[in-house]
Amino acid sequence: MAATAQDSQAPLRGPEKKDEDREDESANRCDSRTVSRQYEQHSVWSCLQVITKLLYLLNQGESFTKKEAAEVFFGVTKLFQKQDINLRRMMYLCIKDICPGADEVIIVTSSLMKDMNSKTDLYRSNSVRVLSKIIDGQLLAQIERYLKQAIVDKSPVVASAALVSALHLLGNNAEIVKRWINEVQEAAQNKNNMVQFHAVALLHALRASDRLAISKLVTSLTKANVKSPLAQCLLVRYVAQVIQDSQPGPNGEQRPFYDFLESCLRHKAEVVIFEAARAICNLRDVTARELTPAITVLQLFLSSSKPVLRFAAVRTLNKVAMTHPLAVTHCNIDMESLISDQNRSIATLAITTLLKTGNESSVEKLLKQIGSFMSDIADDFKIVVVEAIRSLCLKFPTKQRALMNFLSGVLREEGGFEYKKAIVQSILVLIQEIPDAKETGLGHLCEFIEDCEFTYLSTQVLHLLGQEGPKTKEPSKYIRYIYNRIILENATVRAAAVSALANFGAVCEALRPRIIVLLRRALSDNDDEVRDRATLHLQQLEGKAGGPEAVQPRVDVNLTALEKALSDYLAGPTDKPFDISVVPKAPPPLRGAAGGLGLPSASTTSGGGALPATSAARKDPTAEYAELLRSIPQLAPLGEVFKSCEPFRLTEEDTEYAVFCIKHVYEGHIVFQFNCTNTIAEQVLEDVSVAMDLADAGDFEEAFTIPLETMPLNGVGQCFTVVTRQPGAIATGKIVNILKFKVKEIDPGTGEAEEEGYDDEYVLEDLEVTPADYVKPTLLGNFRKAWEELDPSTEKEDEYGLGQREALQDAVEAVIGILGMQPCEGSEAVPPNARSHTVLLAGIFVGYQQVLVRMSFGIDAGNNVAMKLVVRAESLELSEAIHQIIQDA
Amino acid sequence: MALIDPTLPVVKNLLLLDSEGKRIAVKYYSPEWSTVASQASFEKALWNKTSRTNARAEAEIIMFDNVVVVYKYIGDLMFYATGSQDENELVLYTVLQAFYESVTILLRQQVEKKTVLENLDLVLLAIDEIVDGGVILETEPSVVASRVTMRGADGEQAPMPITEQSFTKALASAKEHLTRSLLK
Repeated sequence: MAATAQDSQAPLRGPEKKDEDREDESANRCDSRTVSRQYEQHSVWSCLQVITKLLYLLNQGESFTKKEAAEVFFGVTKLFQKQDINLRRMMYLCIKDICPGADEVIIVTSSLMKDMNSKTDLYRSNSVRVLSKIIDGQLLAQIERYLKQAIVDKSPVVASAALVSALHLLGNNAEIVKRWINEVQEAAQNKNNMVQFHAVALLHALRASDRLAISKLVTSLTKANVKSPLAQCLLVRYVAQVIQDSQPGPNGEQRPFYDFLESCLRHKAEVVIFEAARAICNLRDVTARELTPAITVLQLFLSSSKPVLRFAAVRTLNKVAMTHPLAVTHCNIDMESLISDQNRSIATLAITTLLKTGNESSVEKLLKQIGSFMSDIADDFKIVVVEAIRSLCLKFPTKQRALMNFLSGVLREEGGFEYKKAIVQSILVLIQEIPDAKETGLGHLCEFIEDCEFTYLSTQVLHLLGQEGPKTKEPSKYIRYIYNRIILENATVRAAAVSALANFGAVCEALRPRIIVLLRRALSDNDDEVRDRATLHLQQLEGKAGGPEAVQPRVDVNLTALEKALSDYLAGPTDKPFDISVVPKAPPPLRGAAGGLGLPSASTTSGGGALPATSAARKDPTAEYAELLRSIPQLAPLGEVFKSCEPFRLTEEDTEYAVFCIKHVYEGHIVFQFNCTNTIAEQVLEDVSVAMDLADAGDFEEAFTIPLETMPLNGVGQCFTVVTRQPGAIATGKIVNILKFKVKEIDPGTGEAEEEGYDDEYVLEDLEVTPADYVKPTLLGNFRKAWEELDPSTEKEDEYGLGQREALQDAVEAVIGILGMQPCEGSEAVPPNARSHTVLLAGIFVGYQQVLVRMSFGIDAGNNVAMKLVVRAESLELSEAIHQIIQDA
Repeated sequence: MALIDPTLPVVKNLLLLDSEGKRIAVKYYSPEWSTVASQASFEKALWNKTSRTNARAEAEIIMFDNVVVVYKYIGDLMFYATGSQDENELVLYTVLQAFYESVTILLRQQVEKKTVLENLDLVLLAIDEIVDGGVILETEPSVVASRVTMRGADGEQAPMPITEQSFTKALASAKEHLTRSLLK
């Protein structure tokens, strides 16, 4: 009985019909061809072994050539003659994995179809799965009848197989699958859990495009008794989707189906409970009251013994904490115990959640806990924590000292580049956002570069020190740190340090003699760039080469254009020196990005410490043009520019000249900037200006023009026309513009322009100055408070019909665009399918007078939109001006 | 493979690796890893991140590269199930459980690399019975095991599920079966 005893230990196998002639396989034969040939002669057992080996090879990533695959496939199909069930099961798997070509499929289909009508459930189910994988639409039509039957088969394994196959077939053969809907509906009542799950999934997939049908399906399913936990999970997802698409009820009214979600929180399967809790947490505009039961359930999960449950719960809570930090604070005690969780993902999520929900008083305690935890987690987790600390610090600026200390502490620890970069970036942001943090932050950064192995970070910090250091109370204390770099570091860092030192010398006159002494020492540096910089800056500090002001040159040329001009110059003869004035002076696109990082004088210095462009670039045309306007001496007496408008095209496309106008609004003036481009190579346009006919704009008076010497070919040149108006007045009107210039033809023979030119004119499109030009958006923390502070007597209310619109969102965007004001409190986003919506806007008028607008939109069945506009401002005229903007539009 | 319905829970892959991170049996359902090289690099990264954690008592979980992976070690083997990062973690856990428990039943508790390699067909079939093209097919380990062994397919035995409780029964019937075939 030795054999049986051993058998009880052996792996569980189906009833085997062991053949007597079992042969020893040459175990390591991997050649698929020899292997496949063995099918024909050998026993069932060895066939099984061979198929297993083949699948093992496939699994290890071997691939068969087309010929090999075909041979294997034919070999396998021959085995349909054998009646062994285990072998048959392996054949099914093998056919699916090899995936025969279309002309080979035909060989197996008849065998498979025979199995599909077998009495054995497992033959039926498996042959259905294989067939649906390998057949095309035409064959599908032939076997449709059987599949339909299989869906309602009383054996769950067959029904499931047919339903899942139908799910896969839906992609390419939706029409055929749709005909089975009655059978699928019947299967949804099946007592077997998995069959029910698959049927529900298929029912939904069949109706996925029809919102109404889905809604009906959900209603009927929530009433029916869905037993399967997985099907219940699906149902929760569908319900969440329906809620997402549905109209939120007016305040206080419960959402449809919310009760259902809540009841799922009491389901006996954890998977359903979690799905429901997650769905509630992800509801749009979820209220604290709706959240409470879900949070309670998740809180229980937090102390589960299963890491998967803890992770799922803490991840969901972390997400909730972003929008509803208060709702999550109940879980703080449980969260704190998770900081020491074995699973580091859970610990990190717990910490970042705590950082989001923490209040001001708990910051220190939290930092202490994190400190002990930071040393034993991976870098990518640390980065997450650092980012959370940065946002915490921005939230509680008064705690910046503790948080900054923490950051500097972790900065000193071991860590990779990405991690250090995240910390340095965080400190940079804090220095920029919180004035109090500047000095300490700079101090920490100084210490950091003392012992920093990353050149990129060192140069970045040195550049920042050069920018910010001279403006602090005690600039001299930074000099030692910077000079140490010149002695100790590699060439790139030394060059950056030289530039930073020179900045100190340029800005702080008291330090200049000492800086000069230090820079002299760098004159004998063995690196060219360092020596060059030192020589140049020394000359500048001593009053030559442009003087100290030139240490930080303003690069007011378009950098990409400069690059192109330089490479053009190098391509041609270089006997003449390069003329920088040919490079268009358009505001470099980088400037906005650098400004976003908040370093005030972000014009790039001559290399070394180039700042990384962050994606946080703000798109504010006013800031973009301010520097350009400041650089023009004639415009300086006008004061600060209040607002610059978006460029407006004054010429048709594909004309000889391209002219864009940008309106700059000043206290008592408007400057029209014309960006002109010549598109014809055969002519030179000189002395370009724009003459304005102010007949329809009586409130304006032309002051002066700044002509453009030559209109550059395919580049951008600017000319300006300045008009005056009553200071602070909201003058409007239509202006007719004429472009005036002198044309000189280019002689095609010599390539030189003619001596004599002739005057010419070109009529541009009309330009309109509207009240909207005088408003600019402002950010407002609390709209209601600001609204109530404004005098109610300035309030003005009116109603407007906006005609037919596709959706409310269109109308809202259009009106915001017309008014050019800042939407507050996220009110610009209209919830999907909303029939009415209120938008809050804030702006300031020229002269820095506040204007607030409350707009209520409504849409009727015919998609006609109506709007009620209520304005409050600092004076009644302003309120009227806002209404004027709408009336004109 | 065309993705069916975004609300349907989808398994991206099922992996069985050995204690050195080498693959034993894997099945990918998602087009994200279409080449062998990308699959190998995913397995390597996964193994590097998980091999030092203790997932013997309870299944562990990790999120990286926009996927969620639940995993469990038994003997010198590592079982993994991967899903998208929006997937319900507990659904993935159910699948993982079906995976390692059905293999445990099929190998009669002897879950180690040697037995798995000797009975690779059973493991491959188990994977095939749990997930079909990313869709969860069956999660009850005993049902999976009985389908793998084609219980009841030859009409001799009743299609009863093999559970731990019915083990002795199954054993007895297997013994009987064997003796009969030997006596023939």
